[in-house]
Amino acid sequence: MDMEQKFTSKTWPESPEKTTLEGKNKFLGFWLFLGGETVLFASLFATYLALKDRVPDNSHALAQDMFELPLVFIMTMLLLTSSLTSVYAMYHMKNYNFKKMQTWLLITVGLGLAFLGFEIYEFNHYVHAFDHTFTSSAFGSGFYTLVGFHGAHVVIGLGWFILLLIRNSRRGLNLYNAPKFFVASLYWHFIDVVWVFIFTVVYLMGMVG
Amino acid sequence: MATTTGSTSANPKVNYKYRRNKARQEMRAHVTSFAMMIFLTLIAFIMVMSGFDKYYVFPVLLLLAGIQVVLQLYYFMHMSHKGHGAVALFLYSGALVALIVIITFMTIVWW
Amino acid sequence: MSTVVQKKGFFPVLWDYLTTVDHKKIAILYLISGGFFFLVGGLEAMVIRIQLAVPDSNFVSAGLYNEILTMHGTTMIFLAAMPLLFAFMNAVVPLQIGARDVAFPFLNSLGFWLFFFGGIFLNLSWFLGGAPDAGWTSYASLSLASEGHGIDFYVLGLQISGAGTLIAGINFLVTIINMRAPGMTYMRMPLFTWSTFVASALILFAFPPLTVGLFLMLFDRMFGANFFDHTMGGNTIIWEHLFWIFGHPEVYILILPAFGIFSEIFATFSRKRLFGYSAMVFATVLIGFLGFMVWVHHMFTVGLGPTANAIFAVATMAIAVPTGVKIFNWMLTMWGGSIKFTTPMLYAVAFIPSFVAGGVTGVMLAVAAADYQYHDTYFVVAHFHYVIIGGVVLGLLAGTHFYWPKMFGTMLNETLGKVTFWLFLIGFHLTFFIQHFLGLMGMPRRIWKYLPNQGLEVGNAISTVGAFFMAAGVLVLIYNIIITQVRNERVGNDPWGDGRTLEWAIASPPPFYNFKQLPLVRGLDPYWIEKMEGNDRMTPAEPIGDIHMPNNSFIPFVMSLGLFIAAFGAMYQVDWRASDGAEYGWAIPVLVIGMLITIGSMAVRSLKDDHGYHVHKEDLEKDDEEGGRL
Repeated sequence: MDMEQKFTSKTWPESPEKTTLEGKNKFLGFWLFLGGETVLFASLFATYLALKDRVPDNSHALAQDMFELPLVFIMTMLLLTSSLTSVYAMYHMKNYNFKKMQTWLLITVGLGLAFLGFEIYEFNHYVHAFDHTFTSSAFGSGFYTLVGFHGAHVVIGLGWFILLLIRNSRRGLNLYNAPKFFVASLYWHFIDVVWVFIFTVVYLMGMVG
Repeated sequence: MATTTGSTSANPKVNYKYRRNKARQEMRAHVTSFAMMIFLTLIAFIMVMSGFDKYYVFPVLLLLAGIQVVLQLYYFMHMSHKGHGAVALFLYSGALVALIVIITFMTIVWW
Repeated sequence: MSTVVQKKGFFPVLWDYLTTVDHKKIAILYLISGGFFFLVGGLEAMVIRIQLAVPDSNFVSAGLYNEILTMHGTTMIFLAAMPLLFAFMNAVVPLQIGARDVAFPFLNSLGFWLFFFGGIFLNLSWFLGGAPDAGWTSYASLSLASEGHGIDFYVLGLQISGAGTLIAGINFLVTIINMRAPGMTYMRMPLFTWSTFVASALILFAFPPLTVGLFLMLFDRMFGANFFDHTMGGNTIIWEHLFWIFGHPEVYILILPAFGIFSEIFATFSRKRLFGYSAMVFATVLIGFLGFMVWVHHMFTVGLGPTANAIFAVATMAIAVPTGVKIFNWMLTMWGGSIKFTTPMLYAVAFIPSFVAGGVTGVMLAVAAADYQYHDTYFVVAHFHYVIIGGVVLGLLAGTHFYWPKMFGTMLNETLGKVTFWLFLIGFHLTFFIQHFLGLMGMPRRIWKYLPNQGLEVGNAISTVGAFFMAAGVLVLIYNIIITQVRNERVGNDPWGDGRTLEWAIASPPPFYNFKQLPLVRGLDPYWIEKMEGNDRMTPAEPIGDIHMPNNSFIPFVMSLGLFIAAFGAMYQVDWRASDGAEYGWAIPVLVIGMLITIGSMAVRSLKDDHGYHVHKEDLEKDDEEGGRL
């Protein structure tokens, strides 16, 4: 079968991401990887929870002193919305509408970048206003490692989307790249799933005490 | 190599229309679940900001997060579709291990 | 058909192996490098035994001894046992399920090269200022205090090779779920495939905690974090938990595939269907599940409290139940069978009492109160060598003899095989049985020397003699391999004559596309079924058609090499910062260059389409007429 075969929106298969064997394997393999990532983030969450507010002396700021809910709320909205926009992109991918898929993915990337900007501002703020750094206490190490790992996932997800968009900008959809777009969007949703726990466990529960 | 046929129905046009319709309905469900996620997030933030007791807030926060994740997994990530049996098995196994790890670190790290 | 022309000469063959994505060749790469690290780890073991042969010995210094015992454990677990198991998984599992290749041939190759470069990186520590010296468990309070770069080599090396293992695990899972031949239902899969499946699932969930643990250690040692430093609010127990949440499933990752190999051997040489197949499958899955619930039994003496100790003690003892089910099923497979005592069968039969001994001491250790007495003594050393050597290594040696013809098309000499077996088995029991008593007499684990007149001389001397027997056994095996390959007497598809599963239905070694036509599977032990009905080959499930194959690629090698280079930069930037930038100015550039190589090769991989190629139907048919030389 020709991987570069051109389709119309009528001949395009219903689940293009799982039509070829390669696509099927990629789909399942990536989900399994996400299963492993679940345990990876659980280990990071567990470490953070064990080290939360563990500081060498009481001159150090604790969670309740630092976190600002309005900022976290904006970040949450940005990431949640980007999840919806990537769903829109996949909707158009399944309808074989390449232009609209591109547009929605670009919006997703934009929202992701905005999220990242806020995160950098947030980290910078903690460092300068509270001397809360990666090396200042075990709490700092745990916090920056957990949230930073999530941030690194955002960076990788953005890089992945951008690379896919550039590579396929001129050739449209086919059965070779459809699974790639689909899997990248799965990754993006997973990033949002992790963020749901971060804003709940780290920020909201951290503020309550 | 798996063979590919564009459509599964004898009459591609009917099939096409049906599919487009189904996709549109599904998209509506996505928007609904998005609205719910926003709503749940709002409740969570408001609860924390209004300063309830933590023994009351924590379970509710975790429940809200749980619902959001289910929506994300089953709607946005399409786990409600067919052919996700192996996916669910491995994701839940991962979640089980994750839960054990977190419980451990909250109970038997300090002694 | 330029792609399938036979490669001749040293460099074309080398290039072929550096770029291969064929699971059968990757299996050979795993076998060679795993075998190499097995010899390295074995030499380290010999040094340990020579040092302990007589009291108050000064064969090696205390510091060097610590390095050797650390590297012995780390090498044997991560760089010998696992890769050797991967060798057999790669060689056999795709054939057993009737697949033309694994699900991700490119990632398969990447997994191997990551393991390889991680292993090389770890072992380079010997030449670059000293090896890690905090034990294979590298407990944080000890390893943070370790000077030099030894622990950094451990952390970075395991991080790289661990990534390779995770990739390999996902690859096998997807292969087994998606690529089974028509008729190969889950409950018709051979036990080795089942145990590979469960072990891969354990890899998927056990390696991420190790990754996190290694990251935390890396951040603490190289970037000033405070995870394990209690003066900064840190907690050293976090490392112990993360390490053992990985470490205990790791034990099952090793033993389950060995169980699988033995299950195949018992059925083959008893010439009888495996007794209690479905119970065996269930027991394998249950062991995998329980394997995650027991890690705290390594930490009974930490002081986590009676509740935690009690829960994990009971869970640990529970594992004896499915393991017992397996032991009885193997014995009942032999019961009433027409047994052939080939070399693999000898290993299988010897495995049962050896492993049971290790299992029984395991249950003893699971009694938390009693463990306070056994903890960190030679009793523990004896216990885990009984399960690892009595289970895993015997399984690997059995597998080497059993699958050698399938992997290389030649048969290892049976007489020499039996010599290896007896030397190794006697040596093994001589070395480790006495260590139970040394432990009960109070000899601590990891001790560098002991004083005379404490009653430890005889036991240690016996133990060292045993080690030399094992070494002799391994030397005979190496000799056997060399003469077999020099003689190069080719064998047919089913050299043991009693093959039951699909891999014995095709040529040894199989053609690069494995099955010309995918076979139709009609039940458990499909090849045996066909033989019993008088057929000499499998019924095809499809007409002859074009076969799609993946292209070879050099990218996995380059990608792994990039991480290998970057690891040096990450390590020496510590010295660069310590010297305020006066020395080691190259460290950061090397880190950046290494990462650029890796990221760049990833970009090349995703930007450049790779659709593979097709072996055409006409060539396959022509090949048939010429007698299958393709």
